[in-house]
Amino acid sequence: MEYLLIFISAIFVNNIVLAQFLGICPFLGVSKKINTSLGMSAAVAFVMVLATLVTWLVQIYVLNVFHLEYLQTIVFILVIASLVQMVEIILKKVSPALYQALGIFLPLITTNCAVLGVAILVIQKEMDLGQSVMYALSTAIGFGLALTVFAGIREQLELTNIPKGMRGMAIVLVSAGLLSLAFMGFSGVDGGLRKVFGLD
Amino acid sequence: MNYLNIIKNGIVKDNPTFVLMLGMCPTLATTTSAQNGLSMGLATMAVLICTNVVISCMKSITPDKVRIPVFIVVIAAFVTILQMIIKAYLPDVDKSLGLFIPLIVVNCIILGRAEAFAAKNTPVASLFDGVGIGLGFTMALTLLGIVREVLGSGSIFGFAFVPEDYNILLFVLAPGAFITLGYLIAIVNKLKK
Repeated sequence: MEYLLIFISAIFVNNIVLAQFLGICPFLGVSKKINTSLGMSAAVAFVMVLATLVTWLVQIYVLNVFHLEYLQTIVFILVIASLVQMVEIILKKVSPALYQALGIFLPLITTNCAVLGVAILVIQKEMDLGQSVMYALSTAIGFGLALTVFAGIREQLELTNIPKGMRGMAIVLVSAGLLSLAFMGFSGVDGGLRKVFGLD
Repeated sequence: MNYLNIIKNGIVKDNPTFVLMLGMCPTLATTTSAQNGLSMGLATMAVLICTNVVISCMKSITPDKVRIPVFIVVIAAFVTILQMIIKAYLPDVDKSLGLFIPLIVVNCIILGRAEAFAAKNTPVASLFDGVGIGLGFTMALTLLGIVREVLGSGSIFGFAFVPEDYNILLFVLAPGAFITLGYLIAIVNKLKK
């Protein structure tokens, strides 16, 4: 039940992009077409779960044990950067088709603040390993959902006649605002579910 | 090269928020009030100036192939220092900016300037580039913060001047960030033409 709550809360209530403002750059950058946004979401999901797993283990079994907590930022970003490199190399060998599909998106993920953000958040919220991995997976799904829905909206935007000054990023941001407004409709759902499941 | 020009470029021609559209996450997340926007801008500027100077000094000894990881480590080191300073001396700022202080590491503006400017120019020029871009970012964030605070909480830097009944809470919440920035960019586009 607790996992279901993490799942719903991370996807809808506290959507990583629309409510927490992490991963805005890829959200605005690669949401022009539904296909590319699906590719990006898959790559992010893959790296985010793996990165959270590894950084959680590093934090608990290395940094905490040797009292090196202040190195968190440096260690995490290095872990993520090398993980992305490793995933790239392994995919190239093992599954060239998937590598082709994700290809361009992988290197971009290092600077996706959602990955580092989730890695730090699970430590701050003192989640255990299972919860952390679940949180990372749900967040990645939430990211994918926001990205895909927004790509659909942007494909439609291409067909409309937009006032001159609003063309380009301006209308994209305002549309993102409206999408975020729609997601605000879910606020409070997690609290309600908590009561239904009797977790309070 | 004229140093004043570098600063002006950073604020106007290469404004990181309104022109280059970089570093959107902290821009949207931390501008709930003018104060928060200003602190985030200054924090980013401090890191940017330090990394620009250090990376520029190191440019001759950095192998080309591993330059990006080297840049990231330098940036992460300065962010960690800043994080400790803020935690120690400005606990209020630490509380309101929270997660977004360590996330300065992945702010594309800093890596972008390291790659585009500091790795090719002298340390002094890079220092001024850091000041210029940092000021441009700080001004954009403060402006966004002021607009959101006026509309959302009816105050500027905490001084309330609009009765609470007329506040539009939406502008402090997440959707307000997107909408405000969208319209500000539309205004900047209009002014440029």
